[in-house]
Amino acid sequence: MKPAAFEYHAPRTIGEAVRLLAAHGDDAKVLAGGQSLVPLMNMRLARPRVIVDLNRVRGLDGLREARGVLKIGAMVRQRVAERSPLVASRCPLLRDALGCVGHPQIRNRGTIGGSVAHADPAAEIPAVLAALGGEVTVRGPKGARTIRAADLFVTYLTTAIDARELLTEVRVPVQPRGAGWSWMEIARRHGDFALAGVGVMLALRRGVIAEARIALTGVGPAPVRANAAERLLTGSRPSDAVWQDAAEAVRGAIDPDGDLHASAEYRRHVAGVLTVRALREALGRAGAPGSGGRGRPRREAA
Amino acid sequence: MAPRDVAVTINGRAYHGRVEPRKTLADFIREDCGLTGTHLGCEHGVCGACTILMDGDAVRSCLLFAVQADGAELRTVEGLADGDRLHPIQQAFWEHHGLQCGFCTPGFLMTSVAFLREHPHPTEREIREGLAGNLCRCTGYQNIVKAVAAAADMLTSTAPASDSGRRVAKKGARARRRTPEHPPRRRRRRIAR
Repeated sequence: MKPAAFEYHAPRTIGEAVRLLAAHGDDAKVLAGGQSLVPLMNMRLARPRVIVDLNRVRGLDGLREARGVLKIGAMVRQRVAERSPLVASRCPLLRDALGCVGHPQIRNRGTIGGSVAHADPAAEIPAVLAALGGEVTVRGPKGARTIRAADLFVTYLTTAIDARELLTEVRVPVQPRGAGWSWMEIARRHGDFALAGVGVMLALRRGVIAEARIALTGVGPAPVRANAAERLLTGSRPSDAVWQDAAEAVRGAIDPDGDLHASAEYRRHVAGVLTVRALREALGRAGAPGSGGRGRPRREAA
Repeated sequence: MAPRDVAVTINGRAYHGRVEPRKTLADFIREDCGLTGTHLGCEHGVCGACTILMDGDAVRSCLLFAVQADGAELRTVEGLADGDRLHPIQQAFWEHHGLQCGFCTPGFLMTSVAFLREHPHPTEREIREGLAGNLCRCTGYQNIVKAVAAAADMLTSTAPASDSGRRVAKKGARARRRTPEHPPRRRRRRIAR
């Protein structure tokens, strides 16, 4: 349980980090919070020849709002974002989802950018990004480029980010004023990766759903945006019948794998149940002024 | 790979070492600093036995490399007691039989220190959630939960001491960062709120 030897670099600037990645390419791994990479290294499932540690890089820890978008530096710790009043008021869905990421000890080190770049198929932050239509900035030898969430998550632990590129910023549109939201997931134990999870955002206008966002985690190789369910909800009046229709659409849109912890049928079933619960909770929160109230993330043992 | 110099403060005392980059902080604390109170269970971030405080935050020391901690202020289980006087959380674990074999205890204690600072009046559910990242194979958690609840009472009924949660509860995280025990980190201060 000791990592294999590696060449260690602790750059101080983004430019230096990008140059190191350009020089070492596939041989290098970026070390952010280390809460996924270091376990893999300790078990020698990962044996990177070069480690580029971002923890001393300046300029990756900003957390601010600009023109309706929450801009989160790649190295912002999950726990910092979770407790940020800005995140709570502008993007409570992200705040609630963060409460379900591992344990406090994990979130004290784990970063927003690291979670996105690692792209675990059962992770929370990628699903929030997918639901709200976020995007990331990556920097490489040829400069910076933007990747939208829809194009970012390719499959298990795989993103559209090249080995020579560095994720520098995660951007999430702020939730519309008065929009309701809900994050729900089922895990075997508190802090475990979700067997299935769903993030919902609902905006109503005169009693009709004006905008619906639904994305799921843990039910496929990458986060799933439930487009069909969103279309079905938009323009409808909230009702249990509509929620059930949306849940059916979600079940039809996912193709979960079964494993030791939960069968594919169970995951599909639970995804629908969670969708209904999340829609109900989001509706209950919609319209409330200052939708960044101190709600608690919902998490239940299977 | 080329060894590197590491300088940390542990429980207020300075330690220096020269280590390979692959050496974990947990191994550095145990082997190079001789502080074997920090235990290693799973060595991949699941069991929580190696939990320490790094610049005031509870972290798993098996998931950090020692080189990353260069310049950091650490607190381990050895830093809890004041001479022969146990820390209130240690006292509560003792009184409520919160340990059996004791292997997981250092991790539980350090997790509890950080947890009670943020939750001075926790509910049982909050305690169970707060401790969910630590595994015990002996007691079945019941007495650990009782001990943490009792420790919360002890800490909030005593005068503002270094670990009193009451003061933190009133002023929030900002106040905590200013206490001498938890010096501000530049990284944190730059974050706009």
